[in-house]
Amino acid sequence: MFILRRLLQSVMVLVVMSLLVFAGVYAIGNPIDILVNPQADQAEIARATAALGLDRPLLDQYLTFLRQAALGDLGNSFAFNVPAIRLVLERMPATLELAVAATTVAVAFGIPLGLWAGLKPDSVAGKSIMAGSILGFSLPTFWVGLMLIMLFSVWLGWLPASGRGPTTSVLGIELSVFSLEGWRHLILPAANLALFKLSLIIRLTRAGTRDAMQQDYIRFARAKGLRDSRIVGVHVLKNVLIPIVTVVGLEFGSVVAFAVVTESIFAWPGMGKLLIDSINVLDRPVIVAYLCIVVTLFILINFVVDLLYSWLDPRVSLTGARP
Amino acid sequence: MRRLLSILIAGSLLGMGAAHGAELRIGLSADVTSMDPHFLNLAPNNNIAWHVFDALTHVDNDARLIPGLATSWRAIDPTTWEFKLRPGVKFHDGSALTADDVAFSIERSAHLPTGQFGSFTRRIAATRIVDANTLHLKTATPYAMLPYDLNSVFIVSKKAATGATSADFDAGRAMLGSGPFRFLRFARGDRVELARNDAYWGARDKALTAWDRVTFRIIPNDPARLAALLAGDVDLIDNLPTADAAKLRSDARYELVRKVSWRTLFFTLDQERDAPPFVTDKSGRPLGRNPFKDLRVRRAISMAINRSAIAERVMEGLALPAANIVSPQVFGYAPALKPEPYDPDGAKRLLAQAGYAEGFGLSLHAPNNRYVNDEQIAQAVAQMLARIGVRTRVETMPVAIYLGKARRREFSFAMLGWGSFSGELALRTLLATPNADKGTGTWNWGGYSNARGDALLERALATAADARREALAREAAMLMLGDLGVVPLHHQIAVWALRRGLAYPGRADEFTFAHQVLAK
Repeated sequence: MFILRRLLQSVMVLVVMSLLVFAGVYAIGNPIDILVNPQADQAEIARATAALGLDRPLLDQYLTFLRQAALGDLGNSFAFNVPAIRLVLERMPATLELAVAATTVAVAFGIPLGLWAGLKPDSVAGKSIMAGSILGFSLPTFWVGLMLIMLFSVWLGWLPASGRGPTTSVLGIELSVFSLEGWRHLILPAANLALFKLSLIIRLTRAGTRDAMQQDYIRFARAKGLRDSRIVGVHVLKNVLIPIVTVVGLEFGSVVAFAVVTESIFAWPGMGKLLIDSINVLDRPVIVAYLCIVVTLFILINFVVDLLYSWLDPRVSLTGARP
Repeated sequence: MRRLLSILIAGSLLGMGAAHGAELRIGLSADVTSMDPHFLNLAPNNNIAWHVFDALTHVDNDARLIPGLATSWRAIDPTTWEFKLRPGVKFHDGSALTADDVAFSIERSAHLPTGQFGSFTRRIAATRIVDANTLHLKTATPYAMLPYDLNSVFIVSKKAATGATSADFDAGRAMLGSGPFRFLRFARGDRVELARNDAYWGARDKALTAWDRVTFRIIPNDPARLAALLAGDVDLIDNLPTADAAKLRSDARYELVRKVSWRTLFFTLDQERDAPPFVTDKSGRPLGRNPFKDLRVRRAISMAINRSAIAERVMEGLALPAANIVSPQVFGYAPALKPEPYDPDGAKRLLAQAGYAEGFGLSLHAPNNRYVNDEQIAQAVAQMLARIGVRTRVETMPVAIYLGKARRREFSFAMLGWGSFSGELALRTLLATPNADKGTGTWNWGGYSNARGDALLERALATAADARREALAREAAMLMLGDLGVVPLHHQIAVWALRRGLAYPGRADEFTFAHQVLAK
């Protein structure tokens, strides 16, 4: 029942979103103006417009799109002349690599650092961690990215400035994480992307930890004589994790969907760059396909987050009924 | 002993140079969307296509037409062109390139449903293969520009490309050409990898054999592209931003190559409508008449623009003040036209004579992501016009929005840039009276119309003899630009940055050709 309701909601969201994007891109301008050969004469422009179906009324175009979309075809890209959905999926592994690496870094460092800062809020280490997280929060991504490139690529020459390393095909998916060269290319963009998330997780963990330490059950656990490691590792952590799971889930989605800045600066051939390029030439099929995939992705992530909630906190019930 | 040592060191350095010299890595500023050479007529796509494929005619570094796959061409009667193909040219798989492949390529480029090269082949009424190396192309009416048009039609292998889709080209299945490099791999949004074609007909030239492998990296972000060069990830980048050019000039590790580009910037003025939009009196009320219809006002606008200040300050020296709409090296350039000297007082007097002593109000529209420093140029021009009493507001927008609005004639005073390898073609598109049947004036945003100029252009476009045609093209340019049908601003100067030890001649068409990059 829960899943069915979610599914219906999701389809509604997709339809509304596609309608908005369709109308929005239509209102901005006509892709023909950018895509057409400058030497083309009026007849040629009319021919090209008709070939892309852009001469028909908007509603007509949209209904055709819906019919095709129901069959799984989101149209051919105007600029690339290949199916839009394939174009997006082709770019997905690069972005997923980046997103997974960045999220892993953020979680692996963020939770321990946040715990530390939460358990020892007045120590020098705790204060430094918090000060560092403020920097991570407030420095703009593009600037940090450029500084990383300046330092590690231009001055020290340790890491490549941009691009993705050589890829290996695994079950038809091109991945770059199986070679040293691939990792060398991945480190800087992943670090750049992780910085903001890292700071976010540190702050959330610290706040949660401080809050949890005041709770009665911790005092009882103490009184009962439990070891510190067990109190922190099991009782505190489990309660702190709930907001963190939500945020990590959402952040993961937004990294996959909108890692645009990092991808542009590091010339990383991911999805975010595709979206910006497509908006620049008003490549509507790609924009729509991209957002459809992203919306689906968010729906999936939210679903997984809900499942994780109920596992972390037995009081949360997916069906809405109280046990 | 010391001498021996220095020889050894020199030898090992040379060896290193040669080993390194085997691969060339180029950072490209614009995204390559497809490998299909007949799909989109975009400069970055064509840049790659010129490596793998070849065309009947080439243009040299100054955008002048030279022989390519065709060794010669002539008009045997007013409506028939004869092209002689270069004998012995082979595709990358060793098969011979014949007139049959040429005919197929013309056909494919004209009829690919989503293709955009039809405007180059639409005038060909019939193709006749005389023998394996001779081709006759018939046009319905006398048409002199066919050899120019065929510069844009890449010759693909009939065998490999029959029935091929754009996806087949992207995957390499149909990427069989006769150009200086073989296709290896295309990773969309990331890179294109090529390997040398040892059998290339132009390989006698040493420069054309310098590199075993070439990788084009796609890095549209300006700081990222520069960083890639500084970090040694790439050897050469195109389209260096003007601000960085000034800085890099003093760095001994790099060399800058400058070349006057064929792209010329100018302003269109609405000279057709009686009450064009955004033209107001000083208090913002509609003016009720069109000042641009008066040549004195157009001249005043032109005199008010300090072209050399824009070239030096806004463009950091990377622009050449213009009076033509084609660059100085281009066919049909009229040297008699000189850039209007800056004269604000004279401009004010002209405005007063035309009845606008009080000045008037205006909006200048410009794109903000299309031409080099486009937005800053618009701001500078607006301030210069304010000095002669023309209160000018600047409105800029991304080119995706800009071009559509301009085409719908929503502007009165707008910035446009154009690159063309012949003056008469540029005039036909930009200043001939708009006429859908004849295909003239497609980008004539100002609605300028000059019957005598139209007639001159029509004659030029039907005249096959180069000298005669160039004279006609110059006459038309003198007439239409002397009349300020548009107000020319400057020719852009294209900049490449390369690591020391490499040399590139620079190309007016702004292409970056690996086969023209030399290791010194």
